[in-house]
Amino acid sequence: MTAATLSAAPAEPAADGTGSIEAIGFSCFYGAKQALHAIDLAIPKRAVTAFIGPSGCGKSTFLRAMNRMNDTIPGTRHEGRILLDGADVYGASTDVVTLRQRVGMVFQRWNPFPKSIYDNVAFGPRINGERHRPTLDEIVERSLRRAALWDEVKDRLRESATGLSGGQQQRLCIARTLANDPEVVLLDEPCSALDPIATQRIEELLVELKRELTIVIVTHNLQQAARVSDRTAFFFLGRLVEVAPTQQLFTSPQQERTEAYVTGRFG
Amino acid sequence: MSAPATLPPAEVPPVEVSRPTARQRATARRTAATIRRRRLVNGFMVGLLVLAAVLATLPLVLILFHLLRSGASSVTLAFFTQLPKPVGESGGGMANAILGTLILVSLGCLFGLPIGIGAGLFLVERNGTRLATTVRFLADVLNGLPSIVLAIFAWNLLVRSVGHFSALAGGVALGAMMVPMVTRTTEEMVRLVPPALREAALALGYSRARTSLTIVLRTAMAGIVTGALVAIARVAGETAPLLFTAFGNQFASTALDRPIAALPLQIYTYAVSPYDEWHAQAWAGALVLIVLVLAISVTARTVTRNKFDARGGE
Repeated sequence: MTAATLSAAPAEPAADGTGSIEAIGFSCFYGAKQALHAIDLAIPKRAVTAFIGPSGCGKSTFLRAMNRMNDTIPGTRHEGRILLDGADVYGASTDVVTLRQRVGMVFQRWNPFPKSIYDNVAFGPRINGERHRPTLDEIVERSLRRAALWDEVKDRLRESATGLSGGQQQRLCIARTLANDPEVVLLDEPCSALDPIATQRIEELLVELKRELTIVIVTHNLQQAARVSDRTAFFFLGRLVEVAPTQQLFTSPQQERTEAYVTGRFG
Repeated sequence: MSAPATLPPAEVPPVEVSRPTARQRATARRTAATIRRRRLVNGFMVGLLVLAAVLATLPLVLILFHLLRSGASSVTLAFFTQLPKPVGESGGGMANAILGTLILVSLGCLFGLPIGIGAGLFLVERNGTRLATTVRFLADVLNGLPSIVLAIFAWNLLVRSVGHFSALAGGVALGAMMVPMVTRTTEEMVRLVPPALREAALALGYSRARTSLTIVLRTAMAGIVTGALVAIARVAGETAPLLFTAFGNQFASTALDRPIAALPLQIYTYAVSPYDEWHAQAWAGALVLIVLVLAISVTARTVTRNKFDARGGE
Protein backbone atom coordinates (compact mmCIF):
# COMPACT_ATOMS: atom_id res chain seq x y z
CA MET A 1 0.00 0.00 0.00
CA THR A 2 2.77 2.38 0.96
CA ALA A 3 4.78 1.71 -2.15
CA ALA A 4 1.72 1.98 -4.33
CA THR A 5 0.73 5.32 -2.82
CA LEU A 6 4.20 6.74 -3.21
CA SER A 7 4.53 5.69 -6.81
CA ALA A 8 1.05 6.96 -7.58
CA ALA A 9 2.06 10.39 -6.31
CA PRO A 10 2.32 13.08 -9.01
CA ALA A 11 6.09 12.74 -9.20
CA GLU A 12 6.87 12.66 -12.88
CA PRO A 13 9.97 11.06 -14.29
CA ALA A 14 12.82 13.51 -14.63
CA ALA A 15 13.23 12.97 -18.36
CA ASP A 16 10.14 14.86 -19.48
CA GLY A 17 9.81 18.64 -19.41
CA THR A 18 12.06 21.13 -17.63
CA GLY A 19 12.54 21.95 -14.00
CA SER A 20 12.24 18.55 -12.44
CA ILE A 21 14.87 17.52 -9.94
CA GLU A 22 15.86 14.10 -8.76
CA ALA A 23 18.36 13.23 -6.07
CA ILE A 24 19.90 9.77 -6.17
CA GLY A 25 21.80 8.59 -3.10
CA PHE A 26 22.90 12.15 -2.35
CA SER A 27 25.07 12.67 0.72
CA CYS A 28 26.73 15.84 1.85
CA PHE A 29 29.54 16.42 4.35
CA TYR A 30 30.76 19.50 6.18
CA GLY A 31 34.31 18.46 6.93
CA ALA A 32 34.02 15.22 8.88
CA LYS A 33 30.37 15.76 9.77
CA GLN A 34 27.84 14.11 7.51
CA ALA A 35 24.89 16.46 7.02
CA LEU A 36 22.91 14.39 4.54
CA HIS A 37 22.64 10.61 4.31
CA ALA A 38 21.92 9.14 0.86
CA ILE A 39 18.86 11.18 -0.03
CA ASP A 40 16.64 9.75 -2.75
CA LEU A 41 14.00 12.27 -3.70
CA ALA A 42 12.15 13.26 -6.85
CA ILE A 43 10.84 16.79 -7.05
CA PRO A 44 8.10 17.18 -9.65
CA LYS A 45 8.04 20.14 -11.98
CA ARG A 46 5.37 22.83 -11.74
CA ALA A 47 4.48 22.03 -8.17
CA VAL A 48 5.42 23.26 -4.73
CA THR A 49 7.47 20.85 -2.69
CA ALA A 50 7.99 21.70 0.97
CA PHE A 51 10.85 20.48 3.15
CA ILE A 52 10.03 20.26 6.83
CA GLY A 53 11.95 19.03 9.83
CA PRO A 54 13.58 20.28 13.00
CA SER A 55 16.56 22.65 12.85
CA GLY A 56 19.78 21.02 11.74
CA CYS A 57 18.02 18.16 9.96
CA GLY A 58 19.69 18.93 6.64
CA LYS A 59 16.78 20.44 4.72
CA SER A 60 18.59 23.72 4.02
CA THR A 61 21.76 21.83 3.14
CA PHE A 62 19.83 19.79 0.61
CA LEU A 63 18.17 22.91 -0.78
CA ARG A 64 21.51 24.64 -1.17
CA ALA A 65 22.97 21.55 -2.82
CA MET A 66 20.45 21.83 -5.64
CA ASN A 67 22.00 25.00 -7.03
CA ARG A 68 25.42 24.29 -5.56
CA MET A 69 25.41 27.18 -3.12
CA ASN A 70 27.18 24.82 -0.72
CA ASP A 71 30.22 25.13 -2.99
CA THR A 72 30.86 28.49 -1.37
CA ILE A 73 31.30 26.91 2.07
CA PRO A 74 34.86 25.61 2.48
CA GLY A 75 35.19 21.96 3.42
CA THR A 76 31.93 20.67 1.90
CA ARG A 77 31.87 17.59 -0.26
CA HIS A 78 29.20 15.31 -1.58
CA GLU A 79 28.45 11.84 -2.83
CA GLY A 80 25.68 10.69 -5.12
CA ARG A 81 23.91 12.73 -7.74
CA ILE A 82 21.31 15.44 -8.13
CA LEU A 83 19.74 15.50 -11.56
CA LEU A 84 18.16 18.60 -13.06
CA ASP A 85 16.15 17.40 -16.05
CA GLY A 86 18.32 14.32 -16.13
CA ALA A 87 21.69 16.11 -16.04
CA ASP A 88 23.89 15.90 -12.95
CA VAL A 89 24.23 19.37 -11.40
CA TYR A 90 27.61 18.30 -9.99
CA GLY A 91 28.67 16.86 -13.34
CA ALA A 92 31.87 17.98 -15.03
CA SER A 93 29.99 19.57 -17.91
CA THR A 94 27.71 21.62 -15.66
CA ASP A 95 28.48 25.32 -15.56
CA VAL A 96 27.65 26.50 -12.06
CA VAL A 97 26.80 30.01 -13.25
CA THR A 98 24.25 28.73 -15.76
CA LEU A 99 22.94 26.29 -13.16
CA ARG A 100 22.25 29.07 -10.66
CA GLN A 101 20.43 31.06 -13.30
CA ARG A 102 18.20 28.06 -14.02
CA VAL A 103 17.78 27.28 -10.34
CA GLY A 104 17.20 30.55 -8.53
CA MET A 105 17.26 31.01 -4.81
CA VAL A 106 15.53 33.22 -2.26
CA PHE A 107 17.04 33.41 1.19
CA GLN A 108 15.66 33.51 4.69
CA ARG A 109 16.98 36.99 5.22
CA TRP A 110 16.04 39.24 2.30
CA ASN A 111 19.18 40.55 0.71
CA PRO A 112 18.54 43.21 -1.92
CA PHE A 113 21.64 44.92 -3.23
CA PRO A 114 22.20 48.48 -2.02
CA LYS A 115 21.03 49.74 -5.39
CA SER A 116 17.76 51.02 -6.80
CA ILE A 117 14.72 48.75 -7.08
CA TYR A 118 15.11 48.73 -10.87
CA ASP A 119 18.80 47.85 -10.76
CA ASN A 120 18.12 45.00 -8.37
CA VAL A 121 15.66 43.36 -10.73
CA ALA A 122 17.73 44.13 -13.83
CA PHE A 123 20.82 42.65 -12.20
CA GLY A 124 20.47 39.12 -13.56
CA PRO A 125 19.54 40.06 -17.14
CA ARG A 126 22.36 42.57 -17.24
CA ILE A 127 25.05 40.04 -16.42
CA ASN A 128 23.66 37.93 -19.23
CA GLY A 129 24.51 40.79 -21.53
CA GLU A 130 21.07 42.37 -21.85
CA ARG A 131 21.77 46.07 -22.42
CA HIS A 132 18.78 47.03 -24.52
CA ARG A 133 16.85 49.51 -22.41
CA PRO A 134 13.25 48.78 -23.51
CA THR A 135 13.85 45.05 -23.12
CA LEU A 136 15.23 45.59 -19.61
CA ASP A 137 12.25 47.81 -18.76
CA GLU A 138 9.93 45.06 -19.91
CA ILE A 139 11.77 42.35 -17.94
CA VAL A 140 11.74 44.50 -14.80
CA GLU A 141 8.01 45.21 -15.09
CA ARG A 142 7.12 41.61 -15.85
CA SER A 143 9.25 40.27 -12.99
CA LEU A 144 7.83 42.77 -10.51
CA ARG A 145 4.30 41.92 -11.65
CA ARG A 146 4.96 38.22 -11.26
CA ALA A 147 6.23 38.92 -7.75
CA ALA A 148 3.06 40.96 -7.04
CA LEU A 149 5.13 44.01 -6.24
CA TRP A 150 4.68 46.17 -9.34
CA ASP A 151 1.76 48.27 -8.12
CA GLU A 152 3.55 49.13 -4.90
CA VAL A 153 6.84 50.22 -6.44
CA LYS A 154 6.12 51.31 -10.01
CA ASP A 155 6.47 55.00 -9.09
CA ARG A 156 9.69 54.55 -7.15
CA LEU A 157 11.79 52.22 -9.27
CA ARG A 158 14.78 54.54 -8.97
CA GLU A 159 14.70 54.65 -5.20
CA SER A 160 16.90 52.53 -2.98
CA ALA A 161 15.67 48.99 -2.44
CA THR A 162 16.68 49.16 1.20
CA GLY A 163 13.89 51.67 1.85
CA LEU A 164 11.17 49.06 1.26
CA SER A 165 9.45 47.14 4.04
CA GLY A 166 10.70 43.67 4.89
CA GLY A 167 7.92 41.91 3.00
CA GLN A 168 8.44 44.14 -0.01
CA GLN A 169 12.18 43.52 0.06
CA GLN A 170 11.58 39.77 0.12
CA ARG A 171 9.21 40.03 -2.85
CA LEU A 172 11.81 42.17 -4.58
CA CYS A 173 14.30 39.35 -4.06
CA ILE A 174 11.78 36.96 -5.60
CA ALA A 175 11.33 39.36 -8.54
CA ARG A 176 15.09 39.57 -8.91
CA THR A 177 15.26 35.78 -9.10
CA LEU A 178 12.36 35.63 -11.58
CA ALA A 179 14.08 38.15 -13.86
CA ASN A 180 16.61 35.42 -14.64
CA ASP A 181 13.71 33.34 -15.98
CA PRO A 182 14.58 30.31 -13.85
CA GLU A 183 12.94 26.90 -14.12
CA VAL A 184 13.24 26.18 -10.43
CA VAL A 185 13.03 28.56 -7.48
CA LEU A 186 14.41 27.45 -4.12
CA LEU A 187 13.18 29.31 -1.06
CA ASP A 188 14.97 28.94 2.25
CA GLU A 189 12.46 29.88 4.96
CA PRO A 190 11.39 32.96 3.00
CA CYS A 191 8.76 34.04 5.52
CA SER A 192 10.39 33.32 8.84
CA ALA A 193 11.12 37.00 9.46
CA LEU A 194 7.88 38.38 8.03
CA ASP A 195 4.59 39.32 9.62
CA PRO A 196 1.46 37.24 8.84
CA ILE A 197 0.15 39.60 6.17
CA ALA A 198 3.44 39.72 4.27
CA THR A 199 3.65 35.94 4.68
CA GLN A 200 0.21 35.49 3.20
CA ARG A 201 1.16 37.57 0.16
CA ILE A 202 4.23 35.45 -0.47
CA GLU A 203 2.23 32.26 -0.09
CA GLU A 204 -0.35 33.49 -2.62
CA LEU A 205 2.51 34.37 -4.90
CA LEU A 206 3.96 30.85 -4.68
CA VAL A 207 0.62 29.32 -5.63
CA GLU A 208 0.56 31.64 -8.65
CA LEU A 209 4.12 30.88 -9.63
CA LYS A 210 3.87 27.10 -9.50
CA ARG A 211 1.85 27.15 -12.71
CA GLU A 212 5.08 27.97 -14.52
CA LEU A 213 7.86 26.97 -12.14
CA THR A 214 9.10 24.25 -9.92
CA ILE A 215 9.16 25.55 -6.37
CA VAL A 216 10.95 24.08 -3.39
CA ILE A 217 10.42 25.73 -0.03
CA VAL A 218 12.08 25.03 3.28
CA THR A 219 9.86 26.00 6.15
CA HIS A 220 9.61 25.64 9.89
CA ASN A 221 5.98 26.54 9.73
CA LEU A 222 3.95 23.36 9.30
CA GLN A 223 0.78 25.28 8.52
CA GLN A 224 2.64 27.02 5.74
CA ALA A 225 3.76 23.70 4.28
CA ALA A 226 0.19 22.47 4.49
CA ARG A 227 -1.18 25.61 2.84
CA VAL A 228 1.15 26.05 -0.10
CA SER A 229 2.75 22.74 -0.99
CA ASP A 230 1.63 19.85 -3.14
CA ARG A 231 4.20 17.45 -1.74
CA THR A 232 6.00 17.54 1.54
CA ALA A 233 9.29 15.91 2.49
CA PHE A 234 10.13 15.33 6.13
CA PHE A 235 13.83 15.38 7.04
CA PHE A 236 15.26 14.24 10.32
CA LEU A 237 18.92 14.01 11.37
CA GLY A 238 20.15 14.28 7.80
CA ARG A 239 17.83 11.59 6.48
CA LEU A 240 14.74 11.83 4.37
CA VAL A 241 12.16 10.13 6.55
CA GLU A 242 9.12 10.40 4.37
CA VAL A 243 7.87 12.15 1.28
CA ALA A 244 4.23 12.16 0.22
CA PRO A 245 1.49 14.36 -1.13
CA THR A 246 1.05 17.05 1.50
CA GLN A 247 -2.50 16.11 2.41
CA GLN A 248 -1.47 12.54 3.02
CA LEU A 249 1.70 13.37 4.93
CA PHE A 250 -0.22 15.50 7.39
CA THR A 251 -3.29 13.31 7.77
CA SER A 252 -1.95 9.77 7.51
CA PRO A 253 1.81 9.71 7.76
CA GLN A 254 3.38 6.30 7.23
CA GLN A 255 6.28 6.81 9.59
CA GLU A 256 5.97 7.18 13.32
CA ARG A 257 8.54 9.99 13.48
CA THR A 258 6.68 11.95 10.82
CA GLU A 259 3.49 11.64 12.78
CA ALA A 260 5.21 12.73 15.98
CA TYR A 261 6.62 15.79 14.21
CA VAL A 262 3.49 16.93 12.37
CA THR A 263 1.36 16.49 15.45
CA GLY A 264 3.81 18.57 17.43
CA ARG A 265 5.02 15.90 19.80
CA PHE A 266 8.64 16.85 19.12
CA GLY A 267 10.69 19.30 17.13
CA MET B 1 -27.32 56.07 40.25
CA SER B 2 -25.77 57.18 43.48
CA ALA B 3 -23.36 60.07 43.61
CA PRO B 4 -19.67 59.13 44.09
CA ALA B 5 -19.44 61.48 47.05
CA THR B 6 -21.65 59.16 49.14
CA LEU B 7 -19.15 56.32 48.89
CA PRO B 8 -17.32 55.60 52.15
CA PRO B 9 -13.72 56.90 52.02
CA ALA B 10 -12.38 53.45 52.93
CA GLU B 11 -13.22 52.30 49.40
CA VAL B 12 -10.60 54.51 47.78
CA PRO B 13 -7.42 53.29 49.50
CA PRO B 14 -4.92 54.88 47.01
CA VAL B 15 -5.85 58.31 48.29
CA GLU B 16 -5.48 57.23 51.90
CA VAL B 17 -1.88 55.91 51.59
CA SER B 18 -0.62 58.95 49.71
CA ARG B 19 1.00 60.35 52.85
CA PRO B 20 4.54 58.82 53.09
CA THR B 21 5.71 57.02 56.17
CA ALA B 22 8.80 58.21 58.05
CA ARG B 23 10.78 55.42 56.53
CA GLN B 24 9.73 56.38 53.02
CA ARG B 25 10.68 59.98 53.70
CA ALA B 26 14.13 58.93 54.88
CA THR B 27 14.61 56.81 51.75
CA ALA B 28 13.54 59.75 49.61
CA ARG B 29 16.06 62.01 51.36
CA ARG B 30 18.85 59.51 50.82
CA THR B 31 17.83 59.06 47.20
CA ALA B 32 17.85 62.80 46.64
CA ALA B 33 21.34 63.01 48.14
CA THR B 34 22.55 60.11 45.98
CA ILE B 35 21.14 61.70 42.85
CA ARG B 36 22.86 65.01 43.71
CA ARG B 37 26.17 63.25 44.23
CA ARG B 38 25.80 61.25 41.02
CA ARG B 39 24.99 64.42 39.08
CA LEU B 40 28.14 66.06 40.44
CA VAL B 41 30.39 63.10 39.60
CA ASN B 42 28.78 62.87 36.18
CA GLY B 43 29.37 66.57 35.53
CA PHE B 44 32.96 66.26 36.66
CA MET B 45 33.62 63.27 34.38
CA VAL B 46 31.98 64.92 31.39
CA GLY B 47 34.13 67.96 32.08
CA LEU B 48 37.28 65.80 32.04
CA LEU B 49 36.28 64.24 28.74
CA VAL B 50 35.56 67.61 27.17
CA LEU B 51 38.96 68.78 28.37
CA ALA B 52 40.65 65.74 26.80
CA ALA B 53 38.80 66.33 23.54
CA VAL B 54 39.84 69.99 23.51
CA LEU B 55 43.47 69.12 24.27
CA ALA B 56 43.44 66.54 21.48
CA THR B 57 42.31 69.07 18.89
CA LEU B 58 44.25 71.99 20.33
CA PRO B 59 47.52 71.29 18.44
CA LEU B 60 45.69 71.32 15.10
CA VAL B 61 43.92 74.57 15.94
CA LEU B 62 47.19 76.16 17.15
CA ILE B 63 49.07 75.03 14.05
CA LEU B 64 46.33 76.32 11.77
CA PHE B 65 46.22 79.61 13.64
CA HIS B 66 49.99 79.99 13.55
CA LEU B 67 50.19 79.12 9.88
CA LEU B 68 47.41 81.53 9.03
CA ARG B 69 49.19 84.33 10.91
CA SER B 70 52.62 83.64 9.41
CA GLY B 71 51.73 82.35 5.98
CA ALA B 72 48.43 83.87 4.90
CA SER B 73 50.01 87.12 3.72
CA SER B 74 52.32 85.22 1.35
CA VAL B 75 49.54 83.11 -0.16
CA THR B 76 48.86 85.19 -3.23
CA LEU B 77 47.87 84.33 -6.77
CA ALA B 78 51.55 84.52 -7.68
CA PHE B 79 52.29 81.82 -5.12
CA PHE B 80 50.17 79.39 -7.09
CA THR B 81 51.16 80.49 -10.58
CA GLN B 82 54.83 81.53 -10.48
CA LEU B 83 58.08 79.65 -10.20
CA PRO B 84 60.54 80.32 -7.38
CA LYS B 85 62.61 83.47 -7.87
CA PRO B 86 66.40 83.41 -7.33
CA VAL B 87 67.63 84.42 -3.90
CA GLY B 88 67.40 88.18 -3.31
CA GLU B 89 64.46 88.80 -5.60
CA SER B 90 61.11 89.09 -3.87
CA GLY B 91 57.90 87.47 -5.11
CA GLY B 92 57.72 84.24 -6.96
CA GLY B 93 55.76 81.19 -5.91
CA MET B 94 55.67 77.44 -5.65
CA ALA B 95 53.71 76.53 -8.77
CA ASN B 96 56.29 73.86 -9.59
CA ALA B 97 56.08 72.33 -6.12
CA ILE B 98 52.28 72.25 -6.11
CA LEU B 99 52.24 70.64 -9.55
CA GLY B 100 55.01 68.27 -8.50
CA THR B 101 53.12 67.16 -5.40
CA LEU B 102 50.01 66.49 -7.49
CA ILE B 103 52.05 64.41 -9.94
CA LEU B 104 53.84 62.52 -7.16
CA VAL B 105 50.60 61.77 -5.32
CA SER B 106 48.95 60.64 -8.57
CA LEU B 107 51.88 58.32 -9.22
CA GLY B 108 51.61 57.05 -5.66
CA CYS B 109 47.91 56.29 -6.23
CA LEU B 110 48.71 54.59 -9.51
CA PHE B 111 51.07 52.18 -7.76
CA GLY B 112 49.54 52.03 -4.31
CA LEU B 113 45.77 51.81 -4.85
CA PRO B 114 45.49 48.79 -7.18
CA ILE B 115 47.97 46.80 -5.11
CA GLY B 116 46.44 47.88 -1.80
CA ILE B 117 42.82 47.26 -2.81
CA GLY B 118 43.70 43.97 -4.48
CA ALA B 119 45.61 42.79 -1.42
CA GLY B 120 42.77 43.86 0.90
CA LEU B 121 40.25 41.92 -1.16
CA PHE B 122 42.57 38.94 -1.14
CA LEU B 123 42.81 39.02 2.65
CA VAL B 124 39.03 38.68 2.93
CA GLU B 125 38.52 36.18 0.10
CA ARG B 126 41.30 33.91 1.29
CA ASN B 127 40.84 34.62 4.97
CA GLY B 128 42.40 32.00 7.23
CA THR B 129 44.94 30.70 4.74
CA ARG B 130 48.58 30.85 5.72
CA LEU B 131 49.36 33.24 2.88
CA ALA B 132 46.63 35.65 3.99
CA THR B 133 47.87 35.62 7.58
CA THR B 134 51.40 36.29 6.38
CA VAL B 135 50.31 39.09 4.06
CA ARG B 136 48.29 40.72 6.83
CA PHE B 137 51.21 40.57 9.24
CA LEU B 138 53.66 41.96 6.67
CA ALA B 139 51.23 44.76 5.79
CA ASP B 140 51.16 45.74 9.46
CA VAL B 141 54.95 45.68 9.62
CA LEU B 142 55.18 47.75 6.45
CA ASN B 143 52.69 50.22 7.95
CA GLY B 144 54.97 50.74 10.92
CA LEU B 145 58.11 51.08 8.83
CA PRO B 146 59.73 54.55 8.95
CA SER B 147 59.06 56.32 5.67
CA ILE B 148 62.76 57.00 5.17
CA VAL B 149 63.29 53.24 4.89
CA LEU B 150 60.73 53.07 2.11
CA ALA B 151 62.67 55.85 0.42
CA ILE B 152 65.79 53.69 0.57
CA PHE B 153 63.80 50.89 -1.06
CA ALA B 154 62.68 53.18 -3.90
CA TRP B 155 66.14 54.69 -4.16
CA ASN B 156 67.75 51.27 -4.50
CA LEU B 157 65.18 50.16 -7.02
CA LEU B 158 64.84 53.20 -9.23
CA VAL B 159 67.56 55.76 -8.47
CA ARG B 160 70.75 53.80 -7.99
CA SER B 161 69.99 51.53 -10.93
CA VAL B 162 69.54 54.41 -13.40
CA GLY B 163 71.95 56.82 -11.77
CA HIS B 164 69.68 59.82 -11.21
CA PHE B 165 66.73 60.98 -9.13
CA SER B 166 63.26 60.85 -10.69
CA ALA B 167 59.60 61.62 -10.09
CA LEU B 168 58.92 57.95 -10.75
CA ALA B 169 61.07 56.90 -7.79
CA GLY B 170 59.23 59.41 -5.58
CA GLY B 171 55.88 58.06 -6.75
CA VAL B 172 56.94 54.49 -5.99
CA ALA B 173 58.09 55.51 -2.51
CA LEU B 174 54.73 57.19 -1.82
CA GLY B 175 52.88 54.23 -3.34
CA ALA B 176 54.78 51.81 -1.11
CA MET B 177 53.67 53.89 1.87
CA MET B 178 50.05 53.79 0.74
CA VAL B 179 49.88 50.03 0.09
CA PRO B 180 49.62 48.81 3.71
CA MET B 181 47.18 51.57 4.71
CA VAL B 182 44.91 50.89 1.74
CA THR B 183 45.22 47.12 2.22
CA ARG B 184 44.01 47.23 5.80
CA THR B 185 41.16 49.71 5.25
CA THR B 186 39.99 47.75 2.20
CA GLU B 187 40.03 44.57 4.27
CA GLU B 188 38.03 46.19 7.07
CA MET B 189 35.49 47.64 4.67
CA VAL B 190 35.06 44.48 2.60
CA ARG B 191 34.59 42.49 5.79
CA LEU B 192 31.59 44.71 6.61
CA VAL B 193 29.78 43.71 3.42
CA PRO B 194 26.97 41.38 4.52
CA PRO B 195 27.60 37.76 3.40
CA ALA B 196 23.97 37.69 2.30
CA LEU B 197 24.78 40.11 -0.52
CA ARG B 198 27.53 37.85 -1.76
CA GLU B 199 25.19 34.87 -1.66
CA ALA B 200 22.52 36.80 -3.52
CA ALA B 201 24.91 37.61 -6.36
CA LEU B 202 26.15 34.03 -6.50
CA ALA B 203 22.59 32.70 -6.53
CA LEU B 204 21.80 34.95 -9.49
CA GLY B 205 24.60 33.40 -11.46
CA TYR B 206 27.55 35.67 -10.79
CA SER B 207 30.94 34.03 -10.80
CA ARG B 208 32.92 34.35 -7.59
CA ALA B 209 35.48 36.71 -9.07
CA ARG B 210 32.81 38.94 -10.53
CA THR B 211 30.87 38.94 -7.28
CA SER B 212 33.97 40.15 -5.45
CA LEU B 213 34.96 42.73 -8.01
CA THR B 214 31.53 44.24 -8.54
CA ILE B 215 29.02 43.60 -5.76
CA VAL B 216 31.42 43.32 -2.84
CA LEU B 217 33.83 46.04 -3.91
CA ARG B 218 31.07 48.41 -4.92
CA THR B 219 29.25 47.97 -1.65
CA ALA B 220 32.46 48.64 0.22
CA MET B 221 33.48 51.41 -2.17
CA ALA B 222 32.55 54.36 0.04
CA GLY B 223 34.74 53.02 2.82
CA ILE B 224 37.57 52.15 0.47
CA VAL B 225 37.51 55.63 -1.09
CA THR B 226 37.65 57.10 2.40
CA GLY B 227 40.62 54.91 3.24
CA ALA B 228 42.35 55.87 0.00
CA LEU B 229 41.80 59.57 0.66
CA VAL B 230 43.15 59.26 4.17
CA ALA B 231 46.22 57.52 2.75
CA ILE B 232 46.60 60.25 0.14
CA ALA B 233 46.31 62.96 2.76
CA ARG B 234 48.93 61.15 4.78
CA VAL B 235 51.52 60.78 1.99
CA ALA B 236 50.88 64.21 0.44
CA GLY B 237 52.71 65.77 3.37
CA GLU B 238 55.57 63.28 3.52
CA THR B 239 59.08 64.66 3.11
CA ALA B 240 61.27 61.73 4.02
CA PRO B 241 60.31 59.36 1.18
CA LEU B 242 61.04 62.11 -1.35
CA LEU B 243 64.40 63.32 -0.01
CA PHE B 244 66.52 61.05 -2.18
CA THR B 245 63.96 59.86 -4.70
CA ALA B 246 62.12 62.87 -6.15
CA PHE B 247 64.88 65.10 -4.76
CA GLY B 248 63.19 68.42 -5.56
CA ASN B 249 63.56 70.81 -8.44
CA GLN B 250 63.64 74.61 -8.63
CA PHE B 251 62.18 74.55 -12.11
CA ALA B 252 58.86 73.49 -13.53
CA SER B 253 59.53 69.93 -14.58
CA THR B 254 56.85 67.37 -15.31
CA ALA B 255 59.18 64.74 -16.73
CA LEU B 256 58.72 61.51 -14.80
CA ASP B 257 62.35 60.43 -15.25
CA ARG B 258 63.78 63.70 -13.88
CA PRO B 259 63.89 65.15 -10.38
CA ILE B 260 60.63 66.86 -9.54
CA ALA B 261 59.62 69.49 -6.99
CA ALA B 262 57.25 68.70 -4.12
CA LEU B 263 55.61 70.96 -1.55
CA PRO B 264 57.06 69.25 1.54
CA LEU B 265 60.55 69.26 0.03
CA GLN B 266 60.26 72.90 -0.99
CA ILE B 267 59.03 73.83 2.48
CA TYR B 268 61.95 71.99 4.03
CA THR B 269 64.51 73.63 1.72
CA TYR B 270 63.07 77.10 2.26
CA ALA B 271 62.59 76.77 6.00
CA VAL B 272 66.22 75.83 6.65
CA SER B 273 67.52 78.59 4.34
CA PRO B 274 68.86 81.85 5.78
CA TYR B 275 66.63 84.14 3.68
CA ASP B 276 63.57 85.91 5.07
CA GLU B 277 61.66 85.84 1.76
CA TRP B 278 62.14 82.10 1.61
CA HIS B 279 60.91 81.71 5.20
CA ALA B 280 57.71 83.54 4.27
CA GLN B 281 57.31 81.28 1.27
CA ALA B 282 57.83 78.23 3.47
CA TRP B 283 55.03 79.39 5.81
CA ALA B 284 52.76 79.89 2.85
CA GLY B 285 53.68 76.47 1.48
CA ALA B 286 52.91 74.85 4.82
CA LEU B 287 49.55 76.60 4.92
CA VAL B 288 48.67 75.46 1.40
CA LEU B 289 49.74 71.90 2.23
CA ILE B 290 47.69 71.70 5.40
CA VAL B 291 44.63 73.18 3.69
CA LEU B 292 45.06 70.61 0.92
CA VAL B 293 45.25 67.77 3.43
CA LEU B 294 42.24 69.13 5.33
CA ALA B 295 40.27 69.39 2.09
CA ILE B 296 41.05 65.77 1.25
CA SER B 297 40.00 64.65 4.73
CA VAL B 298 36.74 66.58 4.54
CA THR B 299 36.07 65.03 1.12
CA ALA B 300 36.72 61.62 2.62
CA ARG B 301 34.11 62.37 5.28
CA THR B 302 31.54 63.44 2.74
CA VAL B 303 32.07 60.40 0.53
CA THR B 304 31.23 58.11 3.44
CA ARG B 305 27.68 59.39 3.52
CA ASN B 306 26.40 57.10 0.83
CA LYS B 307 22.82 57.24 -0.38
CA PHE B 308 22.60 53.48 -0.94
CA ASP B 309 24.17 52.36 2.27
CA ALA B 310 23.97 48.57 2.51
CA ARG B 311 23.76 48.67 6.28
CA GLY B 312 21.08 51.35 6.42
CA GLY B 313 17.41 50.97 5.72
CA GLU B 314 15.38 47.98 6.81
